Amino acid sequence: MLEALQLPFMQRALLAGLLVGGLASYLGVMVVQRRLSFLGDGLAHAAFAGVALGLLLHQEPLWVAIPFAVGVSLAITWVRERSSLSDDTAIGIFFAMSAALGVLFMSLRQGFAPDAVAYLFGSILTVTPTDLWVMGLVALGVAALLPLWPDWAYATFDRELALADRRPVLLHDYLLAALIALVVVVSVKVVGIVLMAAFIVIPAAIARLLSQTFAAMTLGAVGIGAFSVLPGLAAAYLFDIPAGSAIVLTQALFFLLALGLRRF
Amino acid sequence: MTAAAVEMKGYSVRFGDFRALQEVNLTVPQGAFVAIVGPNGAGKSTLLKALLGLERGSLRDGPTQVSGTVRVMGLPPRQVPPGWVGYVPQVKGFDRSFPALALEVVVSGLRRRWPFLITAPERKKAEEMLDRVGALALANRRLGRLSGGELQRVYLARSLIREPRLLLLDEPATGVDVVGEADLYRHLEAYQAERGATILMITHDWEAAQHHASAVLVLNRRVVGYGPPERVLCHECLSQAFGHVGHEHGLVLKGD
Repeated sequence: MLEALQLPFMQRALLAGLLVGGLASYLGVMVVQRRLSFLGDGLAHAAFAGVALGLLLHQEPLWVAIPFAVGVSLAITWVRERSSLSDDTAIGIFFAMSAALGVLFMSLRQGFAPDAVAYLFGSILTVTPTDLWVMGLVALGVAALLPLWPDWAYATFDRELALADRRPVLLHDYLLAALIALVVVVSVKVVGIVLMAAFIVIPAAIARLLSQTFAAMTLGAVGIGAFSVLPGLAAAYLFDIPAGSAIVLTQALFFLLALGLRRF
Repeated sequence: MTAAAVEMKGYSVRFGDFRALQEVNLTVPQGAFVAIVGPNGAGKSTLLKALLGLERGSLRDGPTQVSGTVRVMGLPPRQVPPGWVGYVPQVKGFDRSFPALALEVVVSGLRRRWPFLITAPERKKAEEMLDRVGALALANRRLGRLSGGELQRVYLARSLIREPRLLLLDEPATGVDVVGEADLYRHLEAYQAERGATILMITHDWEAAQHHASAVLVLNRRVVGYGPPERVLCHECLSQAFGHVGHEHGLVLKGD
């Protein structure tokens, strides 16, 4: 296993996995605690539509997928804030619309699209240095916004109290939505659209089961999200199985262990 | 001249087609203890939210139309320093799945943000507040493990920690047993005596309103009655707000 880490593509895979695992889990605690777990799936499909549009327009998929997914995420937030529809309905509508657009864009493109398949199921071993740079930039952006954690946590705890205390709750909702979309887009190549929601939801859910405070839940989720990549990648290498699948199954195993350990 | 704690003039709120409050005129002097009573849907919570500057509510309710004026300590609500106002929301709307300790909830009242780490002075102050409301033993208890009455004490400590001049409570006695309710009023009266604070409290307990409040506001979208409990809690006033009332509703009026 250690000699595998000498290989540049394995090093990139590991770094990408750690970054994606940590970032998705950090935002995942807000998503899970705000009961928006479905959002990861919805935005992953928005990323799919963006990638398909990029391929159709013969552009780098990432640069089309980023504004597309961020736009969809902001639109979901707008509908959630403005209409009497429940959150899962608002997300479900955009989920379906994005999937339909993705299929349409794919059908308009002539010939086989191997890139699209890579995005659908993830291909952590084909992460390029450019992908890593983009992930690094997103990670820096999220790190720069760490001082907003107390505000996000407060609004997650009780939105009305945060509003009564004049916190900019609405602005932060949109900021968080844009950031989640960014993280989803840069993660889908690694994780795959199909498995993206797991990276957001499972580490946060494990941390929730084992934590007494929201701070501990946040730290725990980031730790679990990043750490689960190591045994996952090792299993993928040793047993020659898809890496995204191996990582998510590792997280699922941790979840079952946490469920057994939980002390309510 | 000292500004009134609360002053509303011709204040109306409409959510879409629904008129939540109509032409409310109200002056609450500083240091008053006002119990707000009225049937469900009478606009009681909307009135408290107006004082917090949250009258627009959720945009999900449709377009909100507001007219008239509100002043809190002489200022428009959104210009009032948040530290001046303590708010105890209804416990029933609270998400118990949020991982938090009672102490963190109290500290959030001081910081107006959620604490990642609690400093020693913050811990000391929060423990003092919990002690004050007889809930020091709950400091390190998880929220999901608190009963309705215990949660209410924690929320009260959370609002008192900022030493507010105006305390707004939305049905604080809901889910609290008789002893807990008596304690709640004792703590509120002690704080008021110490700080000269103004208290506005929504309650369905007319008897408690009769005994503890200096004034009662009977609301049914409009002000049906406002004044000393013995004058306002009369059959005529309450019948106007609620329809028929009598002994079966728990109201034993003085002189009955």
